[in-house]
Amino acid sequence: MTQTAYRIQGATGEWEVVIGLEVHAQVTSKAKLFSGAATAFGAEPNTQVSLVDAAMPGMLPVPNRECIRQAVRTGMAINAQINKWSRFDRKNYFYADLPQGYQISQLYHPIVGEGEIEINLDEKNPDAQTKVIGVERIHVEQDAGKLMHDQHPTRSYVDLNRSGVALMEIVSRPDMRSPAEAGAYLSKLRTILRYVGSCDGNMDQGSMRADVNVSVRKPGGELGTRTETKNVNSVRFVMQAIEYEASRQVDVLEAGGKIVQETRLFDPDKGETRSMRSKEDAHDYRYFPDPDLLPLELDDAFLEECRQSLPELPDAKRKRYEKDLGLSAYNAAVLTAEADTARWFEALLAEGARVQKKSEGEVAKASANWLLSELYGALNRLGRTLEDSPVTPEDGAELLALVADGTISGTIAKQVFEIMLESGGKPAQIVEEKGLRQTSDTGAIEAAVAKVLAGNADKVEQYRGGKEALFGFFVGQTMKAMQGKANPQVVNELLKKALA
Amino acid sequence: MSIDLQTVKKIASLSRISVSDAEAQAMVPELNNILGWVEQLGEVDVTGVQPMTAVIPNHQRLREDAVTDGDVRDKVLANAPQAEHGFFAVPKVIE
Repeated sequence: MTQTAYRIQGATGEWEVVIGLEVHAQVTSKAKLFSGAATAFGAEPNTQVSLVDAAMPGMLPVPNRECIRQAVRTGMAINAQINKWSRFDRKNYFYADLPQGYQISQLYHPIVGEGEIEINLDEKNPDAQTKVIGVERIHVEQDAGKLMHDQHPTRSYVDLNRSGVALMEIVSRPDMRSPAEAGAYLSKLRTILRYVGSCDGNMDQGSMRADVNVSVRKPGGELGTRTETKNVNSVRFVMQAIEYEASRQVDVLEAGGKIVQETRLFDPDKGETRSMRSKEDAHDYRYFPDPDLLPLELDDAFLEECRQSLPELPDAKRKRYEKDLGLSAYNAAVLTAEADTARWFEALLAEGARVQKKSEGEVAKASANWLLSELYGALNRLGRTLEDSPVTPEDGAELLALVADGTISGTIAKQVFEIMLESGGKPAQIVEEKGLRQTSDTGAIEAAVAKVLAGNADKVEQYRGGKEALFGFFVGQTMKAMQGKANPQVVNELLKKALA
Repeated sequence: MSIDLQTVKKIASLSRISVSDAEAQAMVPELNNILGWVEQLGEVDVTGVQPMTAVIPNHQRLREDAVTDGDVRDKVLANAPQAEHGFFAVPKVIE
């Protein structure tokens, strides 16, 4: 990596920032971690709560196999050690959103140990600036309920729908040194989770949130005291929180003060962090093994199924797009950044290869270019995404095949595409109905050429006098006369002949 | 291991149990007696013995990922001192 180090300029010189992230990712599952209540987002309050989630006396937790499986698959996707023996512990604290009075978590024996994530700091050239960020552990735990403070003057309302939903806590090493690295790490982690299918990564619905640990030090010096900014829910906010918090710490230290190890909140409106002023003993969690649950023991067959079910991961896919499909580094990076985009592209590719009877490599470049410029442009304009695209991969492949076999020109393809977007029609049918088929009828084209040359005698003179750039003008005029339907190659040939 | 008055008060506060000074005073020797009794276990040599996690050899059973429970809001809220609009209503807690 050759990137210039990120430094904060203080009055006493330069400061280095040290960052670690604890990411809470909601595990994709139908039912909760220890109960059979549903997990769907947006339900009526307290309708997705079992008596286990409400912590009624005598209720016993039973782990959900799928939640365990997804945590293991996530660990495998970051090359982490998988612990075949792990255990659940109780983390004891009182809060209105926690009916049990403790959260079932894994402190001493997490299910996933050391792993790593490679981050790419230059989107346009992903292999130019990479850095490996260590992941210390992933453990499985319960989410708490939700509190609403603005519905009543003196009461807080509690909704336990989220209570007991499975979370993975993914704890990084303090390996990041700039807001950009933390942003790249969070984005990459989100991409991996979405590929694996273990978390939907919807940060605006709270499916992923980050606790941001920040400290500052003189470059290469001793680690400073850190603060932890809780529950930051977007990549941009994580970067903002780090910037603010790091310069706040530098100001405190340079004024002769000390950093207090504390929990802070990020205020997205002001772009600031502020102390939560919690009681000193709030973090005395008195962890102990949960006597309601036996240790979790995973056998080889379970692990093997987890491994077999992993999809091709983003880095491998990106490299394959570059190497086997011949795509540019940038296109490969953009197409693989989201699992949904890669899935759409691969459907387009498979269908294109099928209808054109070519290899995927032969249709890859045109497919990638069309998807990233034409389709993305149109979707942006319409405020839609690939998921609700009015055009299917099959339609796209059909359109590209019509260009590839010379039925229509690239210019006409744009027109056909517009009609497809509006009417949802099939490209071949649109071409027939609107009579857009490209013509190689030399008679008609010759007539158009003759007319254009006759109408622009002055320019013909200039061209013959050496102003060769005018050739493009004649092509344009001829195409216009042919309503864009002339085969451009034939137009070129006939024009050259006529102007010779 | 022995605990003092301050520790008793701290544990009470962490557990949200209201304990008067007199009660706390009385609990110091009581808790120390209990701890001392349990500490006798430290005299047993357990070198090479795996921690026991269950009385009978057993494995943690796992549940299939299916929605089989919930949708019992009335039962969930039945014992709430106060419930409004389907929520538990508690004294305002905000930081």
